[in-house]
Amino acid sequence: MNTGSITTLAPKVASGALRSERLTEDALAAIASLQPSLNAFITVLADTALRRAREADKEIAAGRYLGPLHGMPISLKDLVDVVGVPTTAASRLREQHIAKRDAPVTSHLKHAGAVIVGKTNLHEFAFGTTNEDSGWGPARHPDDPTRSPGGSSGGSAVSVRAGMALASVGTDTGGSIRIPAAACGIVGLKPAWGEISAEGVVPLSRQLDHVGPLGRSVDDVELLYHVMRGVSPPSTAGMHDSLSGITLATLGGYFKERMSVDVESVVDAAYESIARAGAKLASASLAHAAQIAPVYLHLVLADAAAYHATALEQRPDAYCPKVRLRLEMGRHIMAEDYVRALNGRHVISQEIDAALSHVDALILPALAVEAPPIGAETVAVRGGSEPVRNIMLRCTQPFNLSRHPAISVPCGTTKAGLPVGLQIVANRTHDVLRIARAVERTLAMRA
Amino acid sequence: MTIEQWLEDGKSDAQRRKLPELANLLEGLSRATAALRAADWNDDAERDSYVSALSQPEPPTA
Repeated sequence: MNTGSITTLAPKVASGALRSERLTEDALAAIASLQPSLNAFITVLADTALRRAREADKEIAAGRYLGPLHGMPISLKDLVDVVGVPTTAASRLREQHIAKRDAPVTSHLKHAGAVIVGKTNLHEFAFGTTNEDSGWGPARHPDDPTRSPGGSSGGSAVSVRAGMALASVGTDTGGSIRIPAAACGIVGLKPAWGEISAEGVVPLSRQLDHVGPLGRSVDDVELLYHVMRGVSPPSTAGMHDSLSGITLATLGGYFKERMSVDVESVVDAAYESIARAGAKLASASLAHAAQIAPVYLHLVLADAAAYHATALEQRPDAYCPKVRLRLEMGRHIMAEDYVRALNGRHVISQEIDAALSHVDALILPALAVEAPPIGAETVAVRGGSEPVRNIMLRCTQPFNLSRHPAISVPCGTTKAGLPVGLQIVANRTHDVLRIARAVERTLAMRA
Repeated sequence: MTIEQWLEDGKSDAQRRKLPELANLLEGLSRATAALRAADWNDDAERDSYVSALSQPEPPTA
């Protein structure tokens, strides 16, 4: 199984000590072995991946090295177009679809030499947080297949964690990169809105959709982030960003009151390590935090309903039943409430801007609970019962409304051995990555 | 339209279209809509514009 990160393996590939063919064969072997239990992929591109890997090896041997992604096996969420390959969005509605061209993000990755091993499973049309409503069945958590890996980019996170790919491309409308990254114990970056093109990517809500990478380290997601924008990645070799002199504000109140005790314990321990490493910790809150979920719900429901209206009329039975019902619900949103939600997005964005004006970044969990059991409608939190979807979105959706860049980095495991992700939010993606690299290093030294 | 009237219409639509589960979802949505309409940023023709109703976030405290 592939266990290294792209940035640690790349020098070996560049020198010819490690062949892309070997890395790709390992990824495909992991897919063959684990797909029956984890269901991470909808389409596996074994033949084209091996062919491309052998070409990469020849190119590198001939001195035509394209950079650290050259020859690296990666996966793409099956919302992203790859020419000649179906983009199903995990919906039987699109079973016959074949992409006519590469999405710009696909094109950038191909030009950097990446080897695409397949298209990953997701919550149908990215409209859910658990990955269990998929026309191809649920993806499953790599540590406990009775649990959800999170979603909607669940297959992407599973593929990276389980060695089926070294990195993946996901999308995030309310947390769909950060939630599965946190649940599966990998790194997931939602860049600032619009930094990575969403053209050729099936939308959920164009005003909230973000495209971004999932990987095994902050350096890896930074590499993909640059490549996915069509920018040459700067070298991060030898970079040792420090937490000394950094001020981080923890978000309390609304963001803590429904947090599982186990998750809170892991996150508090991470905060202590971060403070010991020299960061100054402050606290912040958002005055309209209680309105975040209603604002988000009205925007995403109406935007999704507009996109799906024709298909809902013509082929309603092609959707997973629960996804269809949520889309039908969106068709009932009134215009006046949509306007209220648009105004609310503005207010909440201003509040996050203001909270960030005093500090370098905000920190909070990416996911307030452990990965939930597949099929659960609610989870127990602090003696109460919370709907799974609401609780999973709680810590991530504010930053889709505000469009700030945010990342989830692993920060430990609960007593049950399930991963917890720490979320870092800043004004610029560069700052998110810089602070995340320092946090990652600090937490690794603790282990 | 009031939320009560909206919900009644929505439930009737769900019943007509034989989507009984939709009625339950609309109940939940009606609570979210009530929370949205109660927010202090909303315009009201009888009051000042929402800009003056913006609440400032609490600054971080070290």
